Amino acid sequence: MASVVADNFLGSETPMAPFSTGPRRRIRWGRGLIMLLAGAYFLIPIYAALHFSLQDNNGNFSLAPIRAIPSQPGLGAAFWLSARLAIVTTVLTMALMVPTVIYVHLKLPRLKRAMEVITILPIVIPPIVLILGVLHASPLWLKSSPYMLSLVYVILAMPFVYRSLDAGLNALDLKTLVEASRSLGAGWLSTLWRVLVPNLRSAILSATVLTVALVLGEFTMASLDLWETMPVWIVNFSQTNAHVSTAVAMLSLIATWLLLTLIVSLDRSQSRRSRRRSRLT
Amino acid sequence: MQRSDTLTTDVRPPPSDVSGAVGGGRWSAPSLARSLRTGAPVLPFLLYVFLGLGIPTIVIVNLAFRTKSGHLTFQNIRTIASGGQYLLGFETSFKLALVTSIVPGIVGTALAYAIATSKFESLRRGVASASGVLANFGGVNLAFMFVATIGAVGLVTSWLARIGLNPWDHGFSLYKLSGVALVYMYFQVPLMVLVITPALGGLRPAWREAAENLGASSWRYWRHVGLPVLMPSVLGSMFLLFGSGFSAYATTEALTGGTIALTPIQIGAFLQGNVLSGQENIGYALGFGMIVILLLSVLAYALLQRRSSRWLQ
Repeated sequence: MASVVADNFLGSETPMAPFSTGPRRRIRWGRGLIMLLAGAYFLIPIYAALHFSLQDNNGNFSLAPIRAIPSQPGLGAAFWLSARLAIVTTVLTMALMVPTVIYVHLKLPRLKRAMEVITILPIVIPPIVLILGVLHASPLWLKSSPYMLSLVYVILAMPFVYRSLDAGLNALDLKTLVEASRSLGAGWLSTLWRVLVPNLRSAILSATVLTVALVLGEFTMASLDLWETMPVWIVNFSQTNAHVSTAVAMLSLIATWLLLTLIVSLDRSQSRRSRRRSRLT
Repeated sequence: MQRSDTLTTDVRPPPSDVSGAVGGGRWSAPSLARSLRTGAPVLPFLLYVFLGLGIPTIVIVNLAFRTKSGHLTFQNIRTIASGGQYLLGFETSFKLALVTSIVPGIVGTALAYAIATSKFESLRRGVASASGVLANFGGVNLAFMFVATIGAVGLVTSWLARIGLNPWDHGFSLYKLSGVALVYMYFQVPLMVLVITPALGGLRPAWREAAENLGASSWRYWRHVGLPVLMPSVLGSMFLLFGSGFSAYATTEALTGGTIALTPIQIGAFLQGNVLSGQENIGYALGFGMIVILLLSVLAYALLQRRSSRWLQ
């Protein structure tokens, strides 16, 4: 989705200052009502989908759809394809973006504005339009490989990844870090790998999370490029058995959420530990 | 002489700052070469963007103005503008995007405010991360969730039917525009919450206190202080939501199987080969139209964002 500004995605460690309005203590019905409605709107569909995926064809409660998942034809292949695409996309994105964004921050701050504009362009040219041009422009050898999708996903991920890395770098005293590292005799690669990347861990993690989530959920391009990734499989298979299809959709959703929470909590505990360590010294 | 010459070339000026170290530029080198060398590490990125985004865009814009045999033409644009299904597609997409930017814009702002002023730290954090996930959540899983919820045999449908209010008997269909709009809210509202929350932080408690000390009611505070400050951000974010709603393809495609006439769906149909003869390049013209509209809405977003940013310092 076009959430350009979803930059503080998960790593929103600094919530806005709670501007409680002083000594006013009246009950605020409006707030309670809107939270209740929003809660219902967002939670009921999840509940309904889980409910639906635990039914047999007669509408009775059954674990059969879940049990049937592993034996579905094509599911394994679709999952493996999605996983490979996610890995390739993430590696490519990071290899391209991390050094570039660091370099721009360090040496060419004048380019920051241009980078912002460039990385917002994938919003202007959405997947459905981009794939039009890509399918027409790319050579046959590229078009016949699923990894062409990875190459385009890198572009789709750019808005999120750039903003995440940009925010991370703004929080660092980059120049001091680099000068310290260089004056201690580290080369550029070693500065990048042993000083900057560890300091940017949070930003890189949240960028990774965004990229992986994007690749695992992307349907538009994969379906029009005729590759059966997970989402494409789910849609195709819903013709055969909607219960199993919904069960897979919900499972993949839960798995993605778990993955995201796991990565974020790993990061939280890590940063807490390092904070404690720095307090001790 | 010879010796001193080699000596001077050997003794390079020490790098005055870090940039000398990486650029390696000699002071005697022409500045063009130096700036090229300084810029070189950004080149792979620029090249990638050019290949992955620039060329496809050029191809689309070019083909939008070509006949099948490659002659320059305005016929594709004229076909769209003269009415019929393609213009209808733009109209429907526009309407859908408008509804799914205004309603979630208002709801999202109210929700973001309710959350931001909440006493519960964990609620704030939970909603922030949930919005991040949900805003990027769309497409297939979302469509399936809503079919199970308010599809013809969905859970909520059966609840409502039990009290005699089956929405399907009263003209509602998940596979028509109203249904699709209902589904879009699921990612548009969280997107609004994400985008607007930083702007809400610009509303300083001191302003509210000052207004109250001067005797302003809650309504007057919002009318004269709160809303004017927030307005540019809210409007700007709505433009962003508009773009997101306008270009969404996966959700509608998975939900309706392409039976609804939206421009993204028509482009999809074009790519799948469903196109009349004589209109072979109409898909590119549709894409070109979408680019123009999205460009305008992103520009509006950026302008309003800049205007609102002065309150956020």
